Amino acid sequence: MSEPDQQLLPDDAVVDLGAERAESGIEEVLAALDRDLVGLRPVKTRIAEIAALLLVDRVRTRFGLSTSRPNLHMCFTGSPGTGKTTVALRMAELLKRLDYLKRGHLVAVTRDDLVGQYVGHTAPKTKEVLKRAMGGVLFIDEAYYLYRAENERDYGQEAIEILLQVMENQREDLVVILAGYKDRMDSFFSSNPGMASRIAHHIDFPDYSLSELEAIGELMLAQEGYRFTPQAQQTFRDYLKRRRDQPRFANARSVRNALERARLRHANRLVSMSGVGLGKDDLMRLEPEDFLASRVFADPTGADADPTGADPS
Amino acid sequence: MRITQGTFSHLPDLSDEEIAQQVQYALGNGWPLSIEFTDDPHPRNNYWDMWGLPMFDLADAAGVLYELNQCRAAYPDRYIRINAYDASLGRQTTALSFIVNRPAEEPGFRLDRLPGPDRRVQYVAHGYASDRPAGQRYTSPG
Repeated sequence: MSEPDQQLLPDDAVVDLGAERAESGIEEVLAALDRDLVGLRPVKTRIAEIAALLLVDRVRTRFGLSTSRPNLHMCFTGSPGTGKTTVALRMAELLKRLDYLKRGHLVAVTRDDLVGQYVGHTAPKTKEVLKRAMGGVLFIDEAYYLYRAENERDYGQEAIEILLQVMENQREDLVVILAGYKDRMDSFFSSNPGMASRIAHHIDFPDYSLSELEAIGELMLAQEGYRFTPQAQQTFRDYLKRRRDQPRFANARSVRNALERARLRHANRLVSMSGVGLGKDDLMRLEPEDFLASRVFADPTGADADPTGADPS
Repeated sequence: MRITQGTFSHLPDLSDEEIAQQVQYALGNGWPLSIEFTDDPHPRNNYWDMWGLPMFDLADAAGVLYELNQCRAAYPDRYIRINAYDASLGRQTTALSFIVNRPAEEPGFRLDRLPGPDRRVQYVAHGYASDRPAGQRYTSPG
């Protein structure tokens, strides 16, 4: 929708980008992004760049300079638990603040939501999802499942074609973000060159370093109203060090799971301490034994990791 | 003769932008929208053909406009209307319904007088367009 006709600025006018920035309220979103998400330097840089581009475009239109609408379809690649969905949510919010999107909601889907089960089922299903996402961001998790090379009659191809068509024609209504593992996304793009060429931003989410994981854990605990004792902090670091070398480590998600289990043990410990009065501090404090009971500490080699792939309890 | 049915029908035709605003108003009230089309202009024709299923869980009017443009491309010479349904208890009815597309030429209606017994007369509104078979009305002859 076009803005109400503004008076164009004269050629020699000067615009304060800082004021423009403050007015749009993106500062808040970027600051929240910085505060709530640990690490992810390349991701944050790219988001700041996109925000700057849209801001400059906005000012350019005020001078009557033509600006083509930038293509903002994106691809997020990275290991599980590196914050792809969270960043997508923030991205939707940011694009709304910059007037690129009208609503700024996020519709997260997987293959099941797009691909039908019989002939003629796929197109309406895909279109319905696309219509729901219009005005916001369509987040397709594990997008490479859409294309199954081994089965040429798979309906995923049909979903991809509709997706491509809408990504091209309804660019002002919708931003599509594909997400998944890096290597599998790469092979997905190589077999769907049309998709690759329509996606301008490929953002890679790096794995977290040990200290970043620790910071994430502390952030999560602070949000839930818990805290470590200094010894527990050390134990938690040991835990992460061991857990990281075990199979199926899912970055921030594993940290969350570890903390959930520590909370369980913490609660159990408090309940078993019957007869002792509990203060507020007791309810907040996590002790080393809440972590030491984990199976991660049982075997230093991690050889007995759970073959089912669940995080070890 | 211009058909006047539904909301806004005495106003000039709505532009796409105005349609989007009305649709957004309906979405803001939580009313799902549907698109229907017909080539039978009679006011008592309640059963228009559905264009796809009603659209639930939309956030933005762009989705409705997208379907509307598809419908317009398929049936440029028919009446198309957008309905908004209010499902809240106690209402459960169409809350808003307006025409968004109409044929280029609308021939209008003829008044028929049907003589009945005892010199009674029944009046019938007969649409000129409905003289032709369904599907061929409003398309230019030849």
